[in-house]
Amino acid sequence: MADVTSTLVGPRGPKPRKILTRNNIMIYGTLIIVSLYYLLPLWVMVMTSLKGMPEIRMGNIFAPPLEITFEPWVKAWSEACTGLNCDGLSRGFWNSVRITVPSVIVSIAIASVNGYALANWRFRGADTFFTILIFGAFIPYQVMLYPIVILLREMGLYGSLTGLIMVHSIFGMPILTLLFRNYFSSLPEELFKAARVDGAGFWRIYFQIMLPMSLPIFVVAMILQVTGIWNDFLFGVIYTKPDLYPMTVQLNNIVNSVQGVKEYNVNMAATLLTGLVPLFIYFVSGKLFVRGIAAGAVKG
Amino acid sequence: MDPSISIKDLNLSFGAVEVINDLNLDVGQGEFLVLLGSSGCGKSTLLNCIAGLLDVSDGQIFIQGKNVTWEEPSKRGIGMVFQSYALYPQMTVEGNLSFGLKNAGFSKAEVAERVANAARILQIEPLLKRKPAALSGGQRQRVAIGRALVRDVDVFLFDEPLSNLDAKLRTDLRAEIKELHQTLHNTMIYVTHDQIEAMTLADRIAIMRGGQILQLDSPKEIYNRPNCKYVADFIGSPSMNFLDGAISLEADGTPTFTCGSGTFSLEGYVFDDAPAAGGAWLGIRPEHIASGEAAASRAIQLQSKVRLVEPLGSDTLVRVMVGEQSFWVRMDGRTDITEGDPLPIGFNPVRCNLFDTKTEIRL
Ligand SMILES: Nc1ncnc2c1ncn2[C@@H]1O[C@H](COP(=O)(O)OP(=O)(O)OP(=O)(O)O)[C@@H](O)[C@H]1O
Ligand SMILES: [Mg+2]
Repeated sequence: MADVTSTLVGPRGPKPRKILTRNNIMIYGTLIIVSLYYLLPLWVMVMTSLKGMPEIRMGNIFAPPLEITFEPWVKAWSEACTGLNCDGLSRGFWNSVRITVPSVIVSIAIASVNGYALANWRFRGADTFFTILIFGAFIPYQVMLYPIVILLREMGLYGSLTGLIMVHSIFGMPILTLLFRNYFSSLPEELFKAARVDGAGFWRIYFQIMLPMSLPIFVVAMILQVTGIWNDFLFGVIYTKPDLYPMTVQLNNIVNSVQGVKEYNVNMAATLLTGLVPLFIYFVSGKLFVRGIAAGAVKG
Repeated sequence: MDPSISIKDLNLSFGAVEVINDLNLDVGQGEFLVLLGSSGCGKSTLLNCIAGLLDVSDGQIFIQGKNVTWEEPSKRGIGMVFQSYALYPQMTVEGNLSFGLKNAGFSKAEVAERVANAARILQIEPLLKRKPAALSGGQRQRVAIGRALVRDVDVFLFDEPLSNLDAKLRTDLRAEIKELHQTLHNTMIYVTHDQIEAMTLADRIAIMRGGQILQLDSPKEIYNRPNCKYVADFIGSPSMNFLDGAISLEADGTPTFTCGSGTFSLEGYVFDDAPAAGGAWLGIRPEHIASGEAAASRAIQLQSKVRLVEPLGSDTLVRVMVGEQSFWVRMDGRTDITEGDPLPIGFNPVRCNLFDTKTEIRL
């Protein structure tokens, strides 16, 4: 009898977990420090953008504003001077929208069809085509800047938004095509075969079979493109003219303007405004992204 | 009558790798043909060629007398069922069934009627509004069969349709496929590497190896008279036992077989050609070996020692050693033999299969 009870005494049920182990302290400690490191500048920026100039001159950059003012935000958006114009960042914002939206749509539309054709149709020369495309991704784009200027000029698109949209679409093509090709290759091939036996052609398979299963990868591509194009500075400066400068270029012009006093609060507000769009995209589509994957659209 | 499917000198290579080699095959109207072979022998590739999903490198394919070598898959009059079901995940069962019909431009009424009909035959009517993700494996495969069924095709192609299902379901669905074939009388080509499926379903079995068909015969013929050592070894589980030896002819012309365990008369064995002396493999299936007292009545008798006993319930598989040679013997399930026991075994030449040592072809 004694033997039997002794087997019942020992540990039972879930193993208790200690919270303050050395490992945990290390992991959470590191995470907290890193988060602080990244959040501190943001804190400073937000606080500074809500202060008036006199308060900024007092120095303490970490302190919250004594008196909250939205004046700098308004000024950054609609009054700050960039070069010749004094209508703030709003002009750049709308320029950026007019650049980003078509570029994202065009590049994703073309790249997804590219990727689908490369993954599923295996046409003659597909591998060569793909190699060239990927090779294109590794050519430093500095060497292409000037040739493209000439190309655009010859086409009469230099300095126009259309020209810039074209450039963005083309430069996004290699990486996006790779992304889509790999995704479509990972979908079960038998699905594609079944659709062919069912009499669906190139476009019908693309739109009715492939597209509905690919929401997650479209969201990924969209995040990549929106942030990439929105944050672009170089192409914006080179291929457009001052009236059509994207937001990033305008931001630079505001922050780096040499005339008058440095208005730190306006600069901070302008910077935050420019960063708002990518931030917004992360928050909104991050959820969509997770939902797309969680929906298990690929299984069946 | 014209064959339903006729394949002439088919060749297919992926780059430098030849996967199908000068393959010829005729499948009769309403025949159930099973393609059987080890993994990588080109079964799926052959099926894909017939379906038009792969371009052939050379050769011709005829379906119902029409040359379809360059034809689109949907224009060949075939339906295909895949191992992974390949149902369109975003469509309901109804959408899956009607997709092909809509592509072919059938009227709404016609589509509805055909879908309802197929659903009735396959007993999936309650599932029509569900998405594939909400179906069990067996239900999914039924829908996949339905997708071929609605299109009212002459030829059904199955690529290992049951291998993702559990054993019980596989047996059920196997019977259903057989019934379906008896109702529809379509030509069916069925790829599998499950021998039991092949034996139970097939009118004829084609054993494939390295992109060629080694033997094309009824299941009975394949089992009893394999035409080469590979087929003999491939069919049957556990597989055939082989003795390495030589055939010689007595003065009176009686062939005998000599191996490490002795010399035996082969009287009763039906040779394909006149027997000739030379090296040979003697093959005997585990289920054709008598053991214990029963062995005494057999023409060929050997002494053996039990190595391993595997009770299966109905039968017991026993691995014995004949000298250095290991043998599988199938015994009654009630035997209480144990490791180390000596066991006399015996069999008759009529049950044997003899293969040339070099060419491995049946003698
Ligand atoms: N796209 C391809 N490119 C190159 N080789 C291929 C390709 N598809 C198949 N093969 C090769 O062709 C051979 C036959 O393949 P197949 O899929 O027809 O085999 P299988 O008999 O169906 O095998 P399993 O029983 O495993 O399904 C294999 O050796 C395989 O490696
Ligand atoms: Mg296969």
